[in-house]
Amino acid sequence: MTREFAIVWAHKDRLLDGFANTVWLCVLATVIALAVASPITMALMAQNRPMRTLARGLVDGMRCIPFLLLAYIIYYGLPTLGIRFNNWTAGLCALVVYNACYIAEILRGAWASLPREHIDAGHAFGFSGWRLYRRIILPPILMACVPVMGNQMIQIIKDSAFLTIIAVPELTHEASAIQSMYYVPFAAFISAVLLYWVLCRIVEMLVGLIERRAEKRR
Amino acid sequence: MRAYDYLSLLQGATVTVSLSLVGIFLGVPLGLSLALIRWAGVPVFSRAIAVYVSVLRATPLVTFTLLIFFALPNVGVPIDPVPAAIVALAMNTSAFNCEIWRAALADFPRTQLDAATAAGMTPGLAFRRIVFPQIWRVSLPGLVNEMTLLIKSSPAIAVTGIVDITRAAVRIGAQTYEPLPPFLVATALYFLVILGFVRAQRLIETHMERKFGFA
Repeated sequence: MTREFAIVWAHKDRLLDGFANTVWLCVLATVIALAVASPITMALMAQNRPMRTLARGLVDGMRCIPFLLLAYIIYYGLPTLGIRFNNWTAGLCALVVYNACYIAEILRGAWASLPREHIDAGHAFGFSGWRLYRRIILPPILMACVPVMGNQMIQIIKDSAFLTIIAVPELTHEASAIQSMYYVPFAAFISAVLLYWVLCRIVEMLVGLIERRAEKRR
Repeated sequence: MRAYDYLSLLQGATVTVSLSLVGIFLGVPLGLSLALIRWAGVPVFSRAIAVYVSVLRATPLVTFTLLIFFALPNVGVPIDPVPAAIVALAMNTSAFNCEIWRAALADFPRTQLDAATAAGMTPGLAFRRIVFPQIWRVSLPGLVNEMTLLIKSSPAIAVTGIVDITRAAVRIGAQTYEPLPPFLVATALYFLVILGFVRAQRLIETHMERKFGFA
């Protein structure tokens, strides 16, 4: 067993490259998904009924399908419509589209529980539309969402492992590669599991840190 | 897509549903047992379960299935794809279920337990008659939510070679060179499966309400 871990240790560069790729994909996906989620949230809360129905259909539809299926649709399905990505970009797109819908729903929940007076005061000061959203609505709901967003980020990290199936060189993919080359499945996958665990603990710690900071400023 | 292709997608759906159901039937009671051990505060075991839950909740199901399927034979435990998938699904969901049950147990009023002890109930009897009938109703929404999450991560078991809905759709797409139609049918199938779980929860809740006047 120690020999197996020694083999994995000898190839730690590969594993760490995969780890770095996972981290990079997830951070990028979270940031972009958050940006994409904002307009979807606005559509979910819009006065305009057709727009609301459309956004609701998109979000509910996305919440019903497995992430891998969406990754396949983007990677294999879209090229038949003439849209072609390489596997890394396809993976990132899948993460963004899928999670933007979940995040939009999270933001909507926080928005719905935002006190009405808050928004009325914004209206009274002449804020409307996008400016109202950005200056008055978004800051408090983002703060309220920090713990749930932490959970969502952990979900993104775990979803990103599916991308090994479309050959994105992330952590699970590299662990698979090491295991198939040297036949060290236990050591390779346990190392990957531990790295995922470390990553998720870091996210949890950051969430705790931000919450304490926010508590102090209040 | 030909009629045969629809049939193989349906076959994939039976595989997804049956393996997930077996995983759930093993994982829900396993999660409850783990939560009870932590609730009782059994010294070493509580700590071990806390680590088990923390690690499993952070592990992607794909990685975990690969670990079970490739690493167990490596350490001398031969395992076939179907048992490997079931073990992976059950252990994964048990970690999440443990937290759901634990939250319900933590909220359970201590006074009721004291009353049960005062009435001469053994801990086992008190659990069966007093605690369990209340906590399962509190936990039901969380458990069903976790079931739908499990269904959505179930395509991970395809790494063992099992043909579930997603894998069946990919195969048809590769054969017909038209991947979009099978993916759309697969989407509809997942939608129906998840709707089934949510409907079942509603049915149980309305049944409970009719029987006891509250859910």
